[in-house]
Amino acid sequence: MMTRLHIKLMLATAALAVGTGLAPAFAASNLTIESWRPDDLPIWQDTILPVFMKEHPDIKVTFAPSDSTQYDAAVRSKLQGGSAGDIITCRPFDASLALFKAGQLADVTSLPGMENFSPTAKVAWSTDDGKQAFCVPMASVLHGFIYNKDAFDKVGITAPPKTMDEFYADLDKIKADGTYIPLDLGTHDQWEAATMGYQNIGPNYWKGEEGRKALIAGTQKLTDPQWVAPFKELAKWKPYLADGFESQSDSDSTNLFQNGRAAIYPAGSWAITSFEKNPDLKMAAFPPPVAKAGDECYISDHVDIAMGINAASKNMEAAKTFMTWVASDEFAALYSNALPGFFSLSSHEVKVKDPIAQQFVAWRNSCKSTIRSTYQILSRGTPNLENDTWTASANVINGTQTPEAAAQKLQAGLDSWYKPAK
Amino acid sequence: MADATSKQRKPIRWHIAVFLAPAVLIYSLLMIIPLLGTLQQSTMTGDITNRAFIGLGNFVTLFTDPRWSSGFWNAFRNNIYFFLINMLVQNPLGILLAALLSNPTLRLRGFYRTAIFIPTILSFVIVGFVWKLLLSPIWGVTPTIMKFFHAGQFFQPWLGKEQYALTTLSLISVWQYVGVPMMLVYAALLSIPDEVLEAAECDGITGMNQFWKIQLPLILPTLGIISILTFVGNFNAFDLVYVAQTAAAGPNFSTDLLGTFLYRTFFGMQLQQGDQNMGSAVATVMFLIILGGVCIYLFTVQNRLRRYQF
Repeated sequence: MMTRLHIKLMLATAALAVGTGLAPAFAASNLTIESWRPDDLPIWQDTILPVFMKEHPDIKVTFAPSDSTQYDAAVRSKLQGGSAGDIITCRPFDASLALFKAGQLADVTSLPGMENFSPTAKVAWSTDDGKQAFCVPMASVLHGFIYNKDAFDKVGITAPPKTMDEFYADLDKIKADGTYIPLDLGTHDQWEAATMGYQNIGPNYWKGEEGRKALIAGTQKLTDPQWVAPFKELAKWKPYLADGFESQSDSDSTNLFQNGRAAIYPAGSWAITSFEKNPDLKMAAFPPPVAKAGDECYISDHVDIAMGINAASKNMEAAKTFMTWVASDEFAALYSNALPGFFSLSSHEVKVKDPIAQQFVAWRNSCKSTIRSTYQILSRGTPNLENDTWTASANVINGTQTPEAAAQKLQAGLDSWYKPAK
Repeated sequence: MADATSKQRKPIRWHIAVFLAPAVLIYSLLMIIPLLGTLQQSTMTGDITNRAFIGLGNFVTLFTDPRWSSGFWNAFRNNIYFFLINMLVQNPLGILLAALLSNPTLRLRGFYRTAIFIPTILSFVIVGFVWKLLLSPIWGVTPTIMKFFHAGQFFQPWLGKEQYALTTLSLISVWQYVGVPMMLVYAALLSIPDEVLEAAECDGITGMNQFWKIQLPLILPTLGIISILTFVGNFNAFDLVYVAQTAAAGPNFSTDLLGTFLYRTFFGMQLQQGDQNMGSAVATVMFLIILGGVCIYLFTVQNRLRRYQF
């Protein structure tokens, strides 16, 4: 008994000694990236990281993604438990801000390379006063509509719609023809109704940043006509959706469009990559149609993804080196072209090669950019405005709630906790 | 003999403590301590860096603030409905299947038994995913089959409609777990000695009467256990809704159970930040609901059940 215990103790000490002895040799050069995009694994491993590791042979970087829906909860508990990776992929706004306030994300305000980003690019990962930044912005995603060129040719639509009236006229044509599902959107997962519906067409009505900031300032309300209007449009979409769209999830929609069964997909630019997996699919994109011809157009150019440093990282120097590289023009070009549909936020001139992504990014010049209306500050309380918008948008499309009732419920929820600064 | 032992000093029976220790230790470590931790956390507010005791404050918010209470009561009502469907469909179906299986003239009994029990051991991820596909209006076989039987017009995107989604999920849960009551009742039926049934036949009780008057009373204790297992399982249910409908429990929260409500509160969802203290309060209420249900069963039903020894 005694001897066995002795041996065990000795083994344990030996293991400890070996462990501590070896740790620095390894630790100085091993970085792990936490991410919510498992789809990007091959891109990081084969395209992006090899370039960095070639320049910095002493640093080995591993991309370790987890499932998107579980990411936030997983990263939070990993950070608390001290088992999180060195590099944390940052969600925009409050989720990351909370991590920073809890001291779990390092301050990157003065990191070399941060000067490559405009304050607008940094807004989602800065403190409310804009003084401290905690993540290096990587990319934004754009909203619009992707359409199947064959479908448009078949029913004789020559140019993509510019106004909402043209949009519905085109949808009517496609519906009458019957070959294609006119509008490829489901309401099962709810977020797509809000993100690809409400936030997609909405900025044209609430005039982008102007309306978004007025909402935060409290000078506009969600029950004002310009905020109810997008709901009224969504309420008209039902006849153009696929049979049983109520239980159609976003992956169903993506599959339908990818296989050429649908005509128009209300899109996030991130879907480009999955559609390009089908080489036979001829597609193009158009920005959200405006209400009247000649109206100024607005697009949702939403700051979506950034990277920060785990404040408890044991490889702080290596992590900083990596983050400076993430802020460089080399990374911006690599990333934007490896992942068409994610557009770099850095002020470097980045040439996008993908034809569809080019169409999307060109709207930045012709239309005014804004971010999703619910993301900054307004989703801080209970009930959560963004999540309520999911439910409301899905209800409106399903026809179970009127646009006015939906808007009223959202405003009441917001009023219950949000007191705009007077 | 009795005299001799009483005079001797009883040695302390260490072995009892030693044998109990592993179970007590592991159970305390994995169950009791986390449970107490949750209870304690539910009386606090603030995050790790600055935490304060607020007594029952979280519970007051949960039950009186309409922003919380409406969601909670909605989940509670849904949960009761979910439980009722399981009780009313799963358990009678389980008894029926067990009664059929215990019929000695039925062929392929082993096959049926295994086939019906298999979904129980499947992962809920597989169950949720398979049913989502089966019922999908786009890829699913259900619309095709229904059209074949000229019932195509009755097809609905059940998981996407507010009025059907919860019932559909409840029935999926029934499909998955009907094997458990079936097996338990089957075992109970097998343990009834043939002599009892033969004696009944001599007294002129045959056929269905035999089931109602002899077998059913004899398996009542088992049914009690099944009910309580269903109750505990249903009020802890979370996984099926999470897999089939995501944590948003759509459409319009019609499939929100206490489990998904707890998940959203504790871990957050999308832009909603998780609130561990509020989450613990919800968990505590769930614990009390289940504890209450089990106590009612133990003190009222269990005591009245008569057990027969053969």
